[in-house]
Amino acid sequence: MAEEIFNEMYDGGTVRDIYASLEDWTTAMPGDLRQMKQAEAEALFRRIGITFAVYGEGGDPDRLIPFDMFPRVFSQDEWRRLERGIKQRARALNAFLVDVYGRGEIVRAGRVPGHLVYRNEAYEKAVVGFVPPKGVFSHIVGIDIVRTGPTDFLVLEDNCRTPSGVSYMLENREIMMRMFPELFRNARIEPVDAYPTLLRRTLASVAPERCEGEPTIAILTPGHFNSAYYEHSFLADQMGVELVEGPDLFVEAGRLWMRTTEGPKRLDVLYRRIDDGFLDPLCFRPDSMLGVAGVMDVYRSGGVTIASAPGAGVADDKAVYTYVPEMIRFYLGEEPILQNVPTWQCARPDDLGYVLDNLGELVVKEVHGSGGYGMLVGPKSTAEQIASFADLLRAHPENYIAQPTLALSTCPSFVAEGVAPRHVDLRPYCLVGDKIELVPGGLTRVALREGSLVVNSSQGGGVKDTWVLAE
Amino acid sequence: MLLSRTANNLYWIGRYMERAEMTARLLEVGSRIALLPSAGHGYRNDWESILRASGTAEGFARKYGDPVQRNIESYLFFDRDNPSSVISCFERARENGRIVRTALTSQVWDALNSAFQELRALERQPRSTLELSEINEWTMRQTALLRGAIDATQLRGDGYDFLMLGYSLERGDNTARLLDVKYYVLLPKADYVGSGLDSYQWLLLLRALSAHRAFHWAYGGEITAAKVADFLILNRRCPRSLLTSVTLSADWLGRLAGTYGRRTPAQDAADALRDEVAGHSVEDIFDEGLHEFLSRFIVATGEIAAQVHDCYLSGEAR
Repeated sequence: MAEEIFNEMYDGGTVRDIYASLEDWTTAMPGDLRQMKQAEAEALFRRIGITFAVYGEGGDPDRLIPFDMFPRVFSQDEWRRLERGIKQRARALNAFLVDVYGRGEIVRAGRVPGHLVYRNEAYEKAVVGFVPPKGVFSHIVGIDIVRTGPTDFLVLEDNCRTPSGVSYMLENREIMMRMFPELFRNARIEPVDAYPTLLRRTLASVAPERCEGEPTIAILTPGHFNSAYYEHSFLADQMGVELVEGPDLFVEAGRLWMRTTEGPKRLDVLYRRIDDGFLDPLCFRPDSMLGVAGVMDVYRSGGVTIASAPGAGVADDKAVYTYVPEMIRFYLGEEPILQNVPTWQCARPDDLGYVLDNLGELVVKEVHGSGGYGMLVGPKSTAEQIASFADLLRAHPENYIAQPTLALSTCPSFVAEGVAPRHVDLRPYCLVGDKIELVPGGLTRVALREGSLVVNSSQGGGVKDTWVLAE
Repeated sequence: MLLSRTANNLYWIGRYMERAEMTARLLEVGSRIALLPSAGHGYRNDWESILRASGTAEGFARKYGDPVQRNIESYLFFDRDNPSSVISCFERARENGRIVRTALTSQVWDALNSAFQELRALERQPRSTLELSEINEWTMRQTALLRGAIDATQLRGDGYDFLMLGYSLERGDNTARLLDVKYYVLLPKADYVGSGLDSYQWLLLLRALSAHRAFHWAYGGEITAAKVADFLILNRRCPRSLLTSVTLSADWLGRLAGTYGRRTPAQDAADALRDEVAGHSVEDIFDEGLHEFLSRFIVATGEIAAQVHDCYLSGEAR
């Protein structure tokens, strides 16, 4: 943590141009107005019903993710570079997936170790040899990006399965525009509201070849008890498609059908928001009540497209992550535009030794974990916590990777005392179908606790509207 | 075309909201009757009749034993153990709405969700600060807001038909149950019928249905059992009468059959009940016995509901 922390609002001591209008806005805003607006925002979120239940916490099932009204801003130049880097990465990840379920050239060439791929829990033997329509496995790629300096963007992790949070990107903007229309009149901010249309087009573009005419698309949700149910329902609504649960579907005559008031209706594209293991009790977990018996057979015979494709998870594993720059070079013949965070693989004895010696300065994560669970942030932990984590590491080194504690950039945020810098990250949502699309913006998550580096909503993180300024 | 599950959720939004309203109306009748000198068995008996009419007497007895007014109020309004309590109905209607957010307009969802949030705030207030008549009025205001939002914004597609079918089936059932309260309260003594107390109870019933002014417009003069029964059972101009409700149910089912190009047993059952009720006179009903007639109507409504489930909501129909 020796490096200086980059505050995105400033260039040295002066406010950057792209933040000038926000500086005027906050200076002119009296504290009581701010509190009123904050309460108004919360009421709006609650009325719209955007709530988030945290797994295993009990408590209020209608909890809100804290919304910070101070927007985060990117210049057009910054965004253009991010956009190129994100699209490049999404292309490489999909090429990798087609490859490892096909001939496995990258493994044969010795560029990625075979055991990381073929012995990976997320490697789906059921789809070996199958190429999904248009060669796309991951149709929505969420790439988590952190910033450590004016030009230093690093990829923290890839989410190739079903990255969530895009509804917040859209609703945060909606609420900001409702509450502060003057901000949008004065700054030229690129709109994000094309996302649902683009998502629909992306999904339609990967319909099975056998599908004639306009494909029927549905979102498969685990149900309304799921913490992300609001998002599933929101996206279905915005796209104008059905929101289905496992019991609404059945397989017959080699196709997938929905139960409707008019009898069975055929489904062509299923955007599933449940994990691979729950998709098909005949193929994966036999106890799954969320999936549809026989859907994998329909999928493999080209009767329905599943997005993201079963098996896509092998590309976003935290151990495979270290090889993404290699994938970019191997499949695209390009140099990566966005760099990875340096990562130690605890499965390697040398790396493990280094990690154990330097636990106090590192962030250690579970290879398969997500949501900020099961991780250690060295500089923020007590000696006891570090010692007990070291035991876990020694017992199962292959379950962990470690990264340096990054000097994450901060962005001004509203806190009880006024405005203060808080650490942020960024998740843009890249769409991959017959084209690759990216709306200008994403979800900025902010660690609202002072000094905290953990932005996950399950760990006290909040969200911000994210602006890309037009030229 | 609708997912069967979506149709089911919409249908139950209608049923639960109508039921919430009827529970509030029952509570209103009960609290007014309790202020009257008893008709013979003590006020306890009057409250028992309210519980019986709402179909919650057994659940209440298990939980509280003796019918004490305060407990009855809690049980019928705030108790989540009672599936027909106002809070249970609002909560379930809102939960059904949350599941089918994609099938509701934002105004309809807003009405459902805001009502639920307000109710949760009411729930947290000390009970002693809440007037029963105020929370009853609050309930009717919320259900009216929701109906207004549905009327003003909801697409007149099959989803709307299922929503309205839920309302009309539940309303017929509920009016029958409310009328039945009077059966339990009223002693079948000749000198009592037509007495001042008798007509005052009928007036309370009409008031609870927000129908006493309408009744006077339609009939005028003394309030008699025959007039009230005619109004609440057979009068097509009364929005809550059994005949109006079952006619509406048959109409919604007819629209669905038209949209889908398929006649169903559900429609047959609704048409049959409508024609049967329409064929009665008040004298026929009193000859059969009001309670017997109402019980038969409630059972027949339940059978239509079962047919609706089999034909549309189960997803089994081909």
